[in-house]
Amino acid sequence: MLALSRKKNESIMIGDDIEITIVDVQADQVKLAIGAPRNVPVHRKEIYLQIQQENKAAAKISDKSIEELKGLMK
Amino acid sequence: MMVKTKHFGEINVDETKVIEFEDGLPGFTHIKKYVLLANDGNEGSGPVFWLQSINESGNNEDADVALALVNPFAFYPNYSPEIKDEYVETLGHASSNDLSVFNVVVVPEDIKNMTVNLRAPILINQHTKKGAQVVSENQEYGVRHFLYQDIEKIRKTFEEGGK
Repeated sequence: MLALSRKKNESIMIGDDIEITIVDVQADQVKLAIGAPRNVPVHRKEIYLQIQQENKAAAKISDKSIEELKGLMK
Repeated sequence: MMVKTKHFGEINVDETKVIEFEDGLPGFTHIKKYVLLANDGNEGSGPVFWLQSINESGNNEDADVALALVNPFAFYPNYSPEIKDEYVETLGHASSNDLSVFNVVVVPEDIKNMTVNLRAPILINQHTKKGAQVVSENQEYGVRHFLYQDIEKIRKTFEEGGK
């Protein structure tokens, strides 16, 4: 993985159309501005990982749970 | 077309019902085509639906996925996730009538612990047949929101109202 040092107000480009700018740095927190085409979804990694985890858990539903769910939703 | 489903055996699905998820779903980005089934495998009005993958590669088990979805408005009439316009636009032009909203439910061994992902709804444009799971801007909506207790509450209110 590439590691770059950037100062406040400096940017990096990813490809031709994604620009990430360091807007502010305060103690251990960095504020980023992300410019990307509309069709590129940008998420905090934590939320994406949580959704991924929930979808995988949802797919593991057992036959017993399916029956219970049917009963519950009548 | 015949679709091998995870929970309802092999069923016949009208090809016009196929929904394309261009980006797949988080956790299953390799699967792009799904069909929406009702609780018993046929068409129906919910509130539970199944998002069943269409396994085009035949025997590949990785491509056989079925997620239980709910119509959130059945339980939360005031649910109104704020979704960025660009997410909706990727599904093609949509009037609000064309757009359906669903949420993924996780049902563990003890159904009392079932949760619903209110933070990241699945949007389906019924007109263009395109779908996506999107992250809402609403921080107050949980990825793991406990659903069972809320269903019980609704049931109680309903039963008391019927007396």
